[in-house]
Amino acid sequence: MRTYELLFIVAPTETDETVEALIEQLRTVATERGSTVTKVDKMGRRRLAYPIRKSPTTFTDANYVVLTIEGSGVEIAELERRLRVSDAVIRYLTVRIDEDLKRAEKFKTKRQAKGRPAGTHRRGRGHASEAEVFTDAEDSSAAEEEEVS
Amino acid sequence: MPAPRGKRKGGFIRRRRVCRFCAEKIDYIDYKNVKLLESFIPERGKIIPRRISGTCAMHQRMLAEAVKRARNAAFLPYTTD
Repeated sequence: MRTYELLFIVAPTETDETVEALIEQLRTVATERGSTVTKVDKMGRRRLAYPIRKSPTTFTDANYVVLTIEGSGVEIAELERRLRVSDAVIRYLTVRIDEDLKRAEKFKTKRQAKGRPAGTHRRGRGHASEAEVFTDAEDSSAAEEEEVS
Repeated sequence: MPAPRGKRKGGFIRRRRVCRFCAEKIDYIDYKNVKLLESFIPERGKIIPRRISGTCAMHQRMLAEAVKRARNAAFLPYTTD
């Protein structure tokens, strides 16, 4: 089961109904292929960090929507295709996050098991223990670390 | 880590603090977390190097990746000129 985060940016000229319809459409596409949309986060209207041009207009703010999807991965290609084709969507970004979350969980449980090593912010000596934590993490999760870099 | 780096250039040694993320035990840097990321890209929009911000290697990589994604998603600017 892979977890993906699909973020897309809708032109501000689109109505909320259009956005809703789009989300529903994507949801259908996902369920058709055996995956589930676990979270819908409508971040709302935000100012863009830089103007995005989509001829013939240039946008300075837009509507952000984030979907969290759990599935095998086959649905992503189709979802992205829909977004690419859609005129309302001006940008999208798909991120696979199950590995990251797994890693985060791993670190968390490790830390709890070790009983908070090097948690405190100490100068000078603080570094030695920080190094310890890292070599441990790297040793056992060496494979995952290489994936990241 | 502080001293043995060849010749001492005055002034770069003071920033030998612990990584912010390690201290707070943050394991996943979300690219949507603009407030957090903003503190690592000063006015020009460039990513602060590790030796200035003091983050550790692992988190610097995560941070860089997050900033690049955020830039793509127009949360952060590529440049401010």
